[in-house]
Amino acid sequence: MGARLMAIEITAPVSCNSCGGQIEDAICGGCKSLQPPGQLDHFARLGLERDFAIDGQALERAYFAAQRRFHPDRFAGRGAKEKTFSLQHATLINEAYETLREPLPRARYLLELEGRPLPGEDGKTIADPALLMEAMEWREALEETAPADLPALKAKLDAELATVEGELALAFAGHDLAGATNQALRLSYLSKLGSELRRKAAPRIAVP
Amino acid sequence: MLLDIYEPGETPLPHAGDSDRAAVGIDLGTTNSLVAVSVNGRPEILRDALGDGIVPSVVAYLEGDDEPVVGRVATRILEREPELVVASVKRLMGRGTGDVASLGGHLAQKIRDDGQGGMVRLDVGGRIVSPVEVSGEILRTLRQRAEMVLGKTVDQAVITVPAYFDDAARTATRDAARLAGIEVLRLVNEPTAAALAYGLDQAAEGLYAIYDLGGGTFDVSLLKLEKGVFQVLATGGDAALGGDDFDRALAEHLIGERGGGIAAGDVKPVLAAARRAKEALTDADATTIDLDIGGRATRHTVTRAGFNALIAPLVGRTIAAARAVLQDAGVGAGELSGVVLVGGSTRVPLVRGEVTALFGREPLSDIDPDEVVALGAALQAEALTIGSDTLLLDVVPLSLGLETMGGLIEKVIPRNTPIPVSRAQDFTTYQDGQTAMAIHVVQGEREMVDQNRSLARFVLAGIPAMVAGAARIRVTFTVDADGLLTVSAREALTGVEARVEVKPTYGLTDDEMTGMLRASLENARSDVVTRLLAEARVDGRRLILALDAALASDGELLSVGERAGIEDAKAALETAMTGDDREAVVAATEALEAAGRPFAERRMDRNIRRALSGVDVSRLESRLQAG
Repeated sequence: MGARLMAIEITAPVSCNSCGGQIEDAICGGCKSLQPPGQLDHFARLGLERDFAIDGQALERAYFAAQRRFHPDRFAGRGAKEKTFSLQHATLINEAYETLREPLPRARYLLELEGRPLPGEDGKTIADPALLMEAMEWREALEETAPADLPALKAKLDAELATVEGELALAFAGHDLAGATNQALRLSYLSKLGSELRRKAAPRIAVP
Repeated sequence: MLLDIYEPGETPLPHAGDSDRAAVGIDLGTTNSLVAVSVNGRPEILRDALGDGIVPSVVAYLEGDDEPVVGRVATRILEREPELVVASVKRLMGRGTGDVASLGGHLAQKIRDDGQGGMVRLDVGGRIVSPVEVSGEILRTLRQRAEMVLGKTVDQAVITVPAYFDDAARTATRDAARLAGIEVLRLVNEPTAAALAYGLDQAAEGLYAIYDLGGGTFDVSLLKLEKGVFQVLATGGDAALGGDDFDRALAEHLIGERGGGIAAGDVKPVLAAARRAKEALTDADATTIDLDIGGRATRHTVTRAGFNALIAPLVGRTIAAARAVLQDAGVGAGELSGVVLVGGSTRVPLVRGEVTALFGREPLSDIDPDEVVALGAALQAEALTIGSDTLLLDVVPLSLGLETMGGLIEKVIPRNTPIPVSRAQDFTTYQDGQTAMAIHVVQGEREMVDQNRSLARFVLAGIPAMVAGAARIRVTFTVDADGLLTVSAREALTGVEARVEVKPTYGLTDDEMTGMLRASLENARSDVVTRLLAEARVDGRRLILALDAALASDGELLSVGERAGIEDAKAALETAMTGDDREAVVAATEALEAAGRPFAERRMDRNIRRALSGVDVSRLESRLQAG
C-alpha cells in the first residue's frame, strides 16, 4: 500500500525539503524527513483508483495506512517544519476519506473532477419531471405512513438506495456523465428522505 | 531529540529508562488528578510515600504565602476556610461568566466579573486567579511528584481531557500546562486513554463504547479499533453531570427528611455523609446515616432501592446521551464488541446495571476506574516519545460554525468530523459599500447563536467598498490533531488580503499568558522542599487554629500551669513556622499536639457528659446503637 502511495505522490525528480537530496517518496530516503504534501486528487492521495465503485474495507485500509504514515502523532518529536507538513498531510487524508466514504459525496466529487458539478440539491431545482414526480411520491409516502409501518418504508427506501448506487456505478463505469448526474440527484433526495425517515422513527435525543 | 519513524512492525525496542527525562501521562480530573508513567508498555501510577496515587484537584491560596497548596492538604483547608480554596476548577476551564450562572457551591461565590468578558476570574481570599492558573498549580504538583518518584526531569506529558471539551477548554488546558513548564505532547480524550489502558489497541478489533462517569463530568464515546488504529466515531456527554450530583440528590433527600431546612454552612457535612452512604451502598443493601447538625441529631436509613430511585433520573440522562451517540454513529447496541467503564461513579450498582442493560453485555471493569485514564495517558506518552503502532484518530466533538444574519448558525465543520481538518466557507457583504465584517465563531449543536458556546469574535476590516453581495469573504476553520481551532478570514475576489488569527473568547490573551509565565518563573523556587515546608506550615497553622478555638470555649478545664505549657509549645511552633526548616516545624507541631493531648481528652469527656445529661434511657440506648 505504502509503495503505491509514494509512486503516485512524486511525479518528477524533487529535492528534499531538508537535506536537498533527490527524493522518491513523501519521506526522504536520505534524511528521513517528511516532505510537504503534493497536489493530488482524493483517490490518488489514498492510493486508490478513480472509480465510483470502491470497496469500503479497502478504503478504510488505505485511510489507516496513510494516517499511520503521516499523522502528527508520528512526528511529535520532530521540528516545527515537519510537524506542519504532517498536519497538512493528515488534514488532506481526512478530507479524502470523508469525501470518498459515503456514496453521495463520492459521486458529487467524481462529477466535479469531470468538470460537471452537480446542480442545486435542495429538491426545488429538480428539472427532470419524472424525477420530480418520483420525489413527490416518496415524500407523500413518508408523510402518510403511520409510525408502525415506518420499518417497512425504510426497507423499501434502503432497497431503492442500493439500486441507485448500482446505477451510479454502471454510469461512471460507462463514462455516462448525464446518467451519473441523474442518478446522483436521485441519490441526493433519497438520502435526504432517509435521514427524515430516521428522525421520524426515532426522535433525536437532545445532547445537553 | 531526533526520532526515526518506522514502518509498522519495524519499531525497534524502546530505549526508555536510559534517559534523564521522562514523559508522563496526566489525568487532570474535576475532582481528582493522577500522574502515571509507562516503561516498556507497562504503565504505573506514581504515588506518594504513603502509596496514595490521587492528588485531589483542590488548590488553597493562603494569606501571606506565595505558594498555593495543592491536594489532600488543600482539601483539609477547604473544610475550615473554603474562601481560600478552589475545587472543581475544571468546570470553569475556558468558561465565561455567562456560562457559569448555574454553577453552585463554593466556586460560584468566588467568581468575579471584571466586565471585560473573557474567561472567568476567581477571587480567592482577595487574590484574583484564573482557572488556567489554578489548573497550572495542580499540574505543577503532579509534575513535582513525577520528578520526585522518577528522579528525572519531567517536562513532557500527555494530558487527558473529556471528549466533550470544547475548543476554549482545550486551549485553557494547554495554557495551564505551559504555566507548569510542561510541553503537551498531545491532548488525548479520556475515553480513548481508557481504551488504551485496557490494551484494546493490541488485542481487539471492533466497536467499543466507553462510558465515563466521573465526579463532575460524564462522557460517552464510541471507538472503532482496527489494526492498532483508534478512531473516535462519535462522542457525547454532559459537562456538568457526575457522581457529585448523586451525592447532592441524596443530600437533598436527607435534608428534606429532617425537615426544618439547613444553614448554608452545614451543607458540606450532609454532602460528605451522602457520599459515604453512596459508597456503602455499592456493597450493602441498606445503610444508616446519622446527622448531627445545628444542634439537632437525626438518623436516616437509605436502602439501595431508595438511593436508586433518587439517582435514576441522573443515570437516565447518561443512558439517553449514550443512546444518542449510538444513533449519531448509526450503530446498534448489539454491534458493539465491548463496553469499558471509567470513573469512580461507575462503581454505583445502578449505573452498572443500566449500562449492562443498554449495551446487552457485561462491561469491562477490572482496571481501577479511577486510575484507568492516567494509565492510558502514560502509554500514549511513551508511544509518542519512542514510537508505536497505535494511532489515535479523533473527531470534532461539537459542531463549529459562524453566526449569520438573524442570529442563526452556519455550520462549517459538523461534529464527529475526523481531525485534523480544514474547511472553508464563503460569505458576502449585505450592504453597499460595506468595508468590514464581524465574524463570530460558535460551537454547539443548537440552531440559534445564543444557545451555543461563543468561542471567538473578530472583525475583518479593509474590505474594498463594493455593492452588496459582490465581496467574497472566505472563512477557514482549521482544527489540529489536539482539537484546537484556528479561524482565519480573507476577502478573495479583489485579491486584497486581510487575514486575522483568532484567540478564543474565553482563552487568555498573549499578554496575560506572558505575565503568568513570568510570575511562574519567578516562583521557580517551588521545588519539592518548599512544597513540603509549605505543607508542614499548613498543618501547624491548622493545629494552632483548632487549639485556639478549643481554649476559647473550654479553657477553664486547664490549670494555669497546664495552660502555660500549651502556650509555650504554641509559641515555639509559631517561631518555627517563620523559619525555613521543615523538620523544625514538624517537630514543633508534634510537641504542641503532645502538650494539648490531655486537654483534648478532658474536653472529650466533658462533651460526652453534656451529651448524655437530660437524655432519657430509651433515647440513650438508641443513640448508643447509632454510634
